[in-house]
Amino acid sequence: MTTLTDMLASPLMQRALIAAVVVGLAAPVMGTYLVQRRLSLLGDGIGHVALTGVAAGWLVGNALDLTPYDVLAVPGAVVAAVLGAIGIDVLRERGRTSGDIALALLFYGGIAGGVLLIGLAGGTTANLMGYLFGSIATVSQTDLVTIAVLGVVVLVVGLGLRPALFAVSQDEEYARSLGLPVRGLNLVIAVLAALTVTVAMRVVGLLLVSAVMIVPVAVAQLVALSFRSTMRTAMGVGVGVCVLGLVITYLYPLSPGAVIVCLAIAVYAGVALVRGLLRHRAPGDPHLDVPDDVIVTP
Amino acid sequence: MSQQDCPPAGDDPAAAPVLDVSQLDVAIGASRILRDVTFAVRPGEFVALLGANGSGKSTLVRTVVGVLPATAGRVRLFGVDLTERRHVPWHRAGYVPQRSTASAGVPATVAEVVASGLLTGVGFRRTPDGADRVRHALEQVGLADRARSAVATLSGGQQQRVLIARALVRDPELLVLDEPLAGVDSASQTAFATTMARLRDRGVTVLVVLHETGPLAPLISRTVVLRHGRVVHDGPPPPAAPGNDDAEHHHQHAHAPDEGADGQHRAHALRVEPGGLP
Repeated sequence: MTTLTDMLASPLMQRALIAAVVVGLAAPVMGTYLVQRRLSLLGDGIGHVALTGVAAGWLVGNALDLTPYDVLAVPGAVVAAVLGAIGIDVLRERGRTSGDIALALLFYGGIAGGVLLIGLAGGTTANLMGYLFGSIATVSQTDLVTIAVLGVVVLVVGLGLRPALFAVSQDEEYARSLGLPVRGLNLVIAVLAALTVTVAMRVVGLLLVSAVMIVPVAVAQLVALSFRSTMRTAMGVGVGVCVLGLVITYLYPLSPGAVIVCLAIAVYAGVALVRGLLRHRAPGDPHLDVPDDVIVTP
Repeated sequence: MSQQDCPPAGDDPAAAPVLDVSQLDVAIGASRILRDVTFAVRPGEFVALLGANGSGKSTLVRTVVGVLPATAGRVRLFGVDLTERRHVPWHRAGYVPQRSTASAGVPATVAEVVASGLLTGVGFRRTPDGADRVRHALEQVGLADRARSAVATLSGGQQQRVLIARALVRDPELLVLDEPLAGVDSASQTAFATTMARLRDRGVTVLVVLHETGPLAPLISRTVVLRHGRVVHDGPPPPAAPGNDDAEHHHQHAHAPDEGADGQHRAHALRVEPGGLP
């Protein structure tokens, strides 16, 4: 019990917990739209590009002699992630490159660019580790404000535009026939996904960012029938694993990102197992009571 | 075909066309799918769009509902050119795409999918009586009891009816359907024909892509036939092609629709006189 009060009293942990709640709520909202449009790996692609942004911010910070030298790393990541997300959407829409290939290009270009730029900035790849795997323990007051503001933007737009974002993710062609501004809505999703990646970057790291967006949705899909309940369940799972994961890393010296993602996957496995057992027991008859098309002699 | 050769279109030839397609060319990549397509649909008409696989029927309807851009020529919906996307009264048109897209990567209920048909404009506004309209649309396709089911758990034919409800929920003046009967059992086809007859009686204008006219045959007021991306027939339904006009075939059509369940409803293969070709 004293451990718990100690933990809550620590300003460092307070900031980390707020960040975890924001990420746990915002990431699954965007993850739901990405899974719906079958772009589960988009977050990963954006995460890789964000690494180039981190290194570029670092390079600029060094060149301008700013203190701390990495003050531009997060803004750099935001810019790179947004540009990368818009780029992939344009590539996808033009149809010349399949979404799959566009993602692959983003993956390789992002990592290679990041390592290249950090080298130019006079750093080593070790400097990138905090961004690749998360360093929630070092979340500063400024970081927290950035995370909170971006997280609220993602939540407000992602939930407020839900009918339109649902329509465009469900059936893009039909959304066009409704007269919806499909290209604009696609860009909204791309930009929000990019912001989510940079928000989650400090908590779980760029390499695992996508997991916080996607795995809670995978869990929710197992139990939910509707889009609305999928999104709500995913948000609940997201907050749960982020906060619990953080508490565990307060007690044991483990990487928060890895613990959070492993927890999420454990929840998925557990729910899948229970669901499998329940389904097995009571298979319902899904058939409607309709007359046959042909005459069948008994 | 010159303008004068065109048969009088619609119930009221003087009425402004709901849909006006003129000299439309559509190319996708290097292939030119539609060439010089000109036709109009007037208020209250029930127009069937026929033609073999690959003749450009789906491309034509996807273009007139604003999914595909025209390469050349012009499409006007309710008098507004489709290139002026912001000014087109999209809420007056309903579109039923060819089946395949009722479910996506995340579960969604039948009611959620149908409710997406209520969106117009930028998509901010929610319709106040949305829930009632969704229920009414589902009643019209006989799926009211499945509103809360996940779309992915429905059969193909039921998913097709969900897509029809999604278009009906808009209460459209023009309904554009792309092969709504494909993969639908004969009882549902008959029910669908009844729904369409009721809509027509209410004054809804219909443009429907069909492979076989089936139970819709008595409703069709005009037929447009495409071949290799060109209009080769525009007028009353043409006679069936040889092999499809045998006595037994006609015999089946003489039956009342509710007797249709006792035999496979065969396709109308249509014969088009070559006279209409440019």
